[in-house]
Amino acid sequence: MNIVNFTPISAFLGGSLIGLAVIIFFVFNGRLIGISGIASNFLTSKDNRFDNFLFLVGLIIGPIVYKIFTQQEINITISNSVYLLAVAGLLVGAGTRIGGGCTSGHGISGIGRFSLRSIIATITFMIVGILTVLVKSLV
Amino acid sequence: MSKIISLVCGVIFGIGLTVSQMIDPAKVLGFLNIFGDWDPSLAFVMIGALIISSPFFHLFKNNNKPIFSEKFSYSQNKEINKKLIVGSSLFGAGWGLAGLCPGPAIASLALLNINSAIFVVTMFIGFYLVKLSEPTTQAR
Repeated sequence: MNIVNFTPISAFLGGSLIGLAVIIFFVFNGRLIGISGIASNFLTSKDNRFDNFLFLVGLIIGPIVYKIFTQQEINITISNSVYLLAVAGLLVGAGTRIGGGCTSGHGISGIGRFSLRSIIATITFMIVGILTVLVKSLV
Repeated sequence: MSKIISLVCGVIFGIGLTVSQMIDPAKVLGFLNIFGDWDPSLAFVMIGALIISSPFFHLFKNNNKPIFSEKFSYSQNKEINKKLIVGSSLFGAGWGLAGLCPGPAIASLALLNINSAIFVVTMFIGFYLVKLSEPTTQAR
């Protein structure tokens, strides 16, 4: 194991903003943020559909606001074939619905209120994610 | 008012994903690569988010109602069952393959990246397929 590209301060600041969004949404709207839940409910449920839509629009506006204020480019690298991305997208879509949450819903909102169910879910997807990356590096 | 809060929370969340670089799949894959060149940064995203949010859950959960809504509504599901483990495992496999989870994938649409668009479209197909197979399940 080598430690590389370590950026704890920006990670902590970004995480704090995410925590702030979670708590504002909870205190004002009475709901917990889980992106897979918000996105899939927007697709399949009439309840709060416009709220969910606006949240998703905001999520896309966020990086644009960052770019305008910091005048910095946002660089991302997605190094996968189209087929692999499609398979990954299906797995993430189906898996988060079957398991009832994703990195935000289980990992932050769930763990934040000490839900054992969410702690187990988070440990599970972390372990499988780590193993998947390991297997990818071996083949 | 709840509409404005929804939009504002989405924006703050999206900025958070950008500041933390969680929006970058390469950063996420670095975090999951603990047996190789490991980048532990994203653990601090979770720590930051939990330090800010967790105390408030416990302060406010006994309040009668939220400010702009009639009642608190979130999953009360406490079941730890096969579905939870299978679903979370499938999610983990997709996360490890692409380095994308739902939040960063949707936020990265802002960058007009065709690859994130492919991922988001297939992710929504995944949502829909599960919905078709179990029409009574209420998503969280």
